Amino acid sequence: MIKIGVLGLQGAVREHIKAVLACGVEAIEIKHKEQLQEVDGLILPGGESTTMRRLIDKYDFMNDLIKFATSGKPMFGTCAGLILLAKRIIGQDVPHIGVMDIAVERNSFGRQRESFEVDLMIKDVAEDFPAVFIRAPHIVEAGGNVEVLAKHEGRIVAAREGHILGCSFHPELTDDTRLTNYFIEMVKEAKSKQFA
Amino acid sequence: MKIGTDRVKRGMAEMQKGGVIMDVVNAEQAKIAEEAGAVAVMALERVPSDIRAAGGVARMADPRIVEEVMGAVTIPVMAKARIGHIVEARVLEALGVDYIDESEVLTPADEEFHLNKKEFTVPFVCGCRDLGEAARRIGEGASMLRTKGEPGTGNIVEAVRHMRKVNAQVRKLVAMSEDELMTEAKLLGAPYEILVEIKRLGHLPVVNFAAGGVATPADAALMMQLGADGVFVGSGIFKSENPAKFARAIVEATTHYQDYKLIAEISKDLGVAMKGIEISSLAPEARMQDRGW
Repeated sequence: MIKIGVLGLQGAVREHIKAVLACGVEAIEIKHKEQLQEVDGLILPGGESTTMRRLIDKYDFMNDLIKFATSGKPMFGTCAGLILLAKRIIGQDVPHIGVMDIAVERNSFGRQRESFEVDLMIKDVAEDFPAVFIRAPHIVEAGGNVEVLAKHEGRIVAAREGHILGCSFHPELTDDTRLTNYFIEMVKEAKSKQFA
Repeated sequence: MKIGTDRVKRGMAEMQKGGVIMDVVNAEQAKIAEEAGAVAVMALERVPSDIRAAGGVARMADPRIVEEVMGAVTIPVMAKARIGHIVEARVLEALGVDYIDESEVLTPADEEFHLNKKEFTVPFVCGCRDLGEAARRIGEGASMLRTKGEPGTGNIVEAVRHMRKVNAQVRKLVAMSEDELMTEAKLLGAPYEILVEIKRLGHLPVVNFAAGGVATPADAALMMQLGADGVFVGSGIFKSENPAKFARAIVEATTHYQDYKLIAEISKDLGVAMKGIEISSLAPEARMQDRGW
């Protein structure tokens, strides 16, 4: 049995929990860093990355989040969560958690009026995934160990580096749980390796 | 590829959940708000308490202020248009604001009709005092709701009333048999289809924030406890003695609204909160919540 945590400082927390539960897996909201020890994988939800960062610092989450990732436990960041994962952020000197070898640009598709939905092909996940982009970032550069999973108009919008998964869009805003399931499989795999 | 869909508009508000949206009147205040952890700012010419004090007709902010604020921060920027003022809303959309508040804080341009918000690509937030009003606004295309409260008073009592009312009515609706929904729609003056959707989901189809009278961290936490998805703070922050400190405290109280020790800690030495107004001392024409229907 595995348990997934959703970082619950701000943003679309409830939607991710619902999506994980819909996959038949236990999910909890993480409001305190001690709770990280209880879970096998962590989702960083969509929201406002600057706000989440302030709260991560305020509640001294940062070291524990980095430890979580470096210990080999899977992490999945969506939209703002992707920005938190990236090692480089265009226009910013320092990253946030910085555990995924990518450079991201914030709000790179424009403001809210340019936000959109599109059916997306995601490698190993779906031919036609309903992807909702809201003031979304995109991956400008991906390191050698990063596998690109999806592109939209030539821009990388989903990628995986080992046990770290990230996407520009919001799978939690649709009823389609295929990408969430993909992450759950990553968590199961990581856990079985841990005990092997 | 589709823009301006319900999912994109409502989704944007979902991303603001658990956060605080702060009224600002210039770039400097916007930066203080962002620095404090606001999830968005509302660009205004005057905060509600100053609108009250100034009297006269309150309109959309000068586009220069809106642009100045948009240029100062990377978080979303909202702005207010008068109820029913199609052109103010279109102007704000053209400026590129991320959300429009069709707001009773400004003097209504139309006393009969609200905006047909479905026609716009930009999403809208609207105020509501009960489920009928909430459902009417959703029916017109609002993608986010907030309590009306009584803006610019620093008095939480009306926001509490509106949040409790909407949530009690949602609970009642969800428990109803489907046979009863049409009559309920008639009684509430609500679009039937919206009520069907609320019953099916078990909750409102859009987020509902608290607004109108939040003056302290404890007020913000109270509204979260009553079921608000997040909080708008208008006059409270920049009318207080130490806005930066006050803004940070409100953000923290909203995130950890059940951590009372923490709220005690952050409420210390905040300085004087805005003075506030007793609601019963307001003349009927000074009640902003009665604007719109």
